[in-house]
Amino acid sequence: MTSQATGLIPDPTAGSLDPDNTTVAVGAVGAGDSGEPAAPARDSQQRRRGFVRRFVRKPVAMTAFCWLVIVVLGCVFAPLLAPYGPEDQDLMAALSTPSAAHPLGAGELGLDVLSRLLYGGRITLLGVLISCTVFAVLGVLAGMIAGFRGGWVDRLVMWLANLAFALPAVIILLVVLAIFPNNETAAMVALGILGAPGLARIVRSVTLGLREELYVKAARLSGLGTGTILRRHLLPRLAGPIIVQVSLFGAAAVGLETGLGFLGLGVTTATWGTLAAEANSRLADQPWLLVPTGFVIITFILALGLLGDGIRDTLAERYSLQPSKKRRRRRSAPADGAAVRPDAHRQRKARPAAAASAAADSTADAAGRATDVDGAPDPLLQVDGLTVAFPNQDGCELTVVQDVSFSVGAGEAVGIVGESGCGKTVTASAILGLLRGGGRITAGSVRLDDTELTTADAATMRSVRGGRIGWISQDPIASLDPSFTAGHHLVEAIRVHRGGSKAVARQRARELLELVRIPDPERMLRSYPHQLSGGMAQRVGIACALACDPQLVIADEPTTALDVTVQADILQLLRTLQASGTAVILVTHDWGVLADLCQRAVVMYAGEVIEQAPLQELIDRPAHPYTRGLLRSNPHQAVRGEPLPTVRGTVPAPSHWPAGCHFADRCELATSVCRAEPVTLHRVSAERSSRCLRIDQLLPRPDVEQVAGHAR
Amino acid sequence: MVKLLRRWLLTSIPLVLLVSVLTFVLAALVPGDAARAILGFNATEETYQNLRSTMGLDDPLPVRFWDWFTAALRGDLGTSITNGDTVSHQIAVRIGPTIALTVGAIVIATVVGVGLGLLSSWRGGWLGKVVDVVSLLAMAVPAYWFGLLLVWVLAIALPIFPATGYVSPGDDFVMWFQGLVLPWLTLGITASAPIAKQTRDGVLTELNKDYVTVLRSRGVPERTIVFKHVLRNAATPVVSILGLMFIGLLSGTVLVEALFVIPGVGGWAVEATQAHDIPAIQGIAVLLTLLVVAVNLVIEVLYGLLNPKVRT
Ligand code: SF4
Repeated sequence: MTSQATGLIPDPTAGSLDPDNTTVAVGAVGAGDSGEPAAPARDSQQRRRGFVRRFVRKPVAMTAFCWLVIVVLGCVFAPLLAPYGPEDQDLMAALSTPSAAHPLGAGELGLDVLSRLLYGGRITLLGVLISCTVFAVLGVLAGMIAGFRGGWVDRLVMWLANLAFALPAVIILLVVLAIFPNNETAAMVALGILGAPGLARIVRSVTLGLREELYVKAARLSGLGTGTILRRHLLPRLAGPIIVQVSLFGAAAVGLETGLGFLGLGVTTATWGTLAAEANSRLADQPWLLVPTGFVIITFILALGLLGDGIRDTLAERYSLQPSKKRRRRRSAPADGAAVRPDAHRQRKARPAAAASAAADSTADAAGRATDVDGAPDPLLQVDGLTVAFPNQDGCELTVVQDVSFSVGAGEAVGIVGESGCGKTVTASAILGLLRGGGRITAGSVRLDDTELTTADAATMRSVRGGRIGWISQDPIASLDPSFTAGHHLVEAIRVHRGGSKAVARQRARELLELVRIPDPERMLRSYPHQLSGGMAQRVGIACALACDPQLVIADEPTTALDVTVQADILQLLRTLQASGTAVILVTHDWGVLADLCQRAVVMYAGEVIEQAPLQELIDRPAHPYTRGLLRSNPHQAVRGEPLPTVRGTVPAPSHWPAGCHFADRCELATSVCRAEPVTLHRVSAERSSRCLRIDQLLPRPDVEQVAGHAR
Repeated sequence: MVKLLRRWLLTSIPLVLLVSVLTFVLAALVPGDAARAILGFNATEETYQNLRSTMGLDDPLPVRFWDWFTAALRGDLGTSITNGDTVSHQIAVRIGPTIALTVGAIVIATVVGVGLGLLSSWRGGWLGKVVDVVSLLAMAVPAYWFGLLLVWVLAIALPIFPATGYVSPGDDFVMWFQGLVLPWLTLGITASAPIAKQTRDGVLTELNKDYVTVLRSRGVPERTIVFKHVLRNAATPVVSILGLMFIGLLSGTVLVEALFVIPGVGGWAVEATQAHDIPAIQGIAVLLTLLVVAVNLVIEVLYGLLNPKVRT
């Protein structure tokens, strides 16, 4: 009975109280309705049809639904279907297992089990029906009124709901049954009343959301009474969530009703519960009796629960990404098919010209590029052809970062720059093997000194992470575990690599906090994340990253979430850090931040490195139209009073990458050659490389193209 | 913390009052009152009326409620009609087995639930699916049926544990323990499903949070991340659901005590209901509500201890 008793009050674990659940239902309105007051009737009809179609496609929920229908019909037509009457004795067959005469066996006095299940179900299901009706009517009324009226009515309903959650339902039912002996109707009505506040709570939140909808406001303005609004506009919207709740409650009610019958407190004739009681008293003689009754009760409860889940999923599905996913697949299909190929030969013809006219030693062949593009002579970190893929909803892998190569010298600061969605953060996390959501490195290598990280075992990776490479994350507060103090985080970060006593680690933690210029280290050690400002939390994050003197620190947009004033402090910290000999990879979209700190920049666009150059050269003479566009749109150097120029269009999603140059759709210089075939990263000068074919358009006249001054 | 306590008081006091008033008013509606129940229908009208006035049954309802309530506050819940003992004494005698039953069950439910939830979310794969199916089943199988199944398997088919019979732990501790194994399992396992589900959802949510990635970036071993950090944070919702589970368990004791013939409060509630013993059932309802209130307090405190935002 436990599960039933808790389930009676809509079970929070079943998701019924889940705020998402209700927001889904609320969202239903926004998505399905364009806001015309006249639409609801037609609209709801269409919605219903769509709902049925989707529901029918759910095998589990459909099976559950069919089973419920079968059982209910079987009980309703028991007099026609049952082979025996409920009181027909067959003493010879008493306590027998299934036979031709008694398909489900026979119980005491040879009463036929199947017949009694069918007849008994009438009483059980009637009781369940009564309580579901009370539950639904009371809950919906109270919830709608509370949601619609608000104010004290609302508070009262919510308060009652809270109380109802704390009531031990069975005890209250026993009180009712003590006062009205064997009065099953009274008990089931009481059960409905006890459960109703739970439903009211859900209906209320849906109603609250709907109330804000435009069409309700419009209906109100046009002078309809509250009653009409509730009936005509809200009830249809609420139908889904209500059905879900009623079926879950019904499941609980079946459990309780049969439980009462089992205790002999319900009606005295055969019900599912009394059959279970009989199985109990005859357990030693004929354990078979346990099976049919249990099967019917359990499958019925299970089916109600599954039906509820199925309806909820169906309702929720509508607003998921399903349709757009399909559309995307259809659209992208021709892109990698035949349509591209005809251009291929033209591209091959054109390419040598472009390459030749680029800087002198430009070699566009695959062999030349990977090792040629490094900027550092003896790199600390060498990323080579790094390719990362994530699983998408279809279960296929989608490449989001492709063929990324760059290097970082010891003590050097390198910036990875680009718009959001270009794969900067994915690249940075891939270096440490910290890809989330099932992402994995599908090709390429990452070498730290002599250690290959892409194939390293877990223990090696653990020693690299935090030991040789430190990580500073984007959202400083979210990157601290809310349950532990700053001191705990630091001590943990230190001891993971260095071991030693807590006291020693704590001393080191204090020093680190001083290093990141936290005014009162002692107090900070005892502070919880929620007590910290973003800036302070980021300092703690940096202190943790520095805990074991790493050779390299990767900072993923370390200042984006912070106030402007704090940003400068954090950048200052990173500068000091770099000055002391630690290499830094800074991921950012902000040229100002980049220029502040980095000697070299790697520009990424749509999953690829499109340009790599020493910072000053890059800013003075960008070798890729995207870099040029980015620099023009940089607010740090905008001319006052003029609109900020931007690169038109947006970064294509990985599923929409063009076959040729990824930037082609937004590029002013794009030609058909650019779109024909993937463009490779090639060397432009000793220290630079670019992924543009028409680099001659950009570089030969540096004085003309010099749009940017110092990015400061 | 003070805020938590205030919230607790704000639901607890009304809850106790509500249950008291509710049971009292319901009882007052009964045709045939306590005096009639004591005397039976053969007594003369005069003795009946006399007893009515000595019992205070002639007073108006609010006065009677006040009398009953103040008496209850002093620990006097009236006299059971069936066995003539005071309700408070009966409860005092019977509360022990009930508490032993619920505490054991909640321990099993928590250990099994958290264990399964953690395993399935962390190790994922087929284990996750198995846990899903098991929790689905556990939510659908009524406790009494599961109890019967256990009795048949572990007491009849393989006679390992006694099917019924409760021995006081003072008399024979081993027998006491053995007698409680099946009731514990019955209640505990049926209650573990929601806990497993909550743990699983909680752990999965936490594993996706930024701080987990950041801890990994510091080289913190996966085991430490899961058992120290993730579990700690996932525990908060689990603790709040434990409160609901306990209320469910109290209801469950009614069935399980009846099934296993344990002389506890729940079993007595069934007897009292069958015997139409209003004072007894009133007393039990109030007592169990008090228990719920007490457990809610423990939960609030635990919640506060787990959550530094509340604590500090
Ligand atoms: S390759 Fe062509 S499309 Fe791509 S950036 Fe260069 S000019 Fe533009």
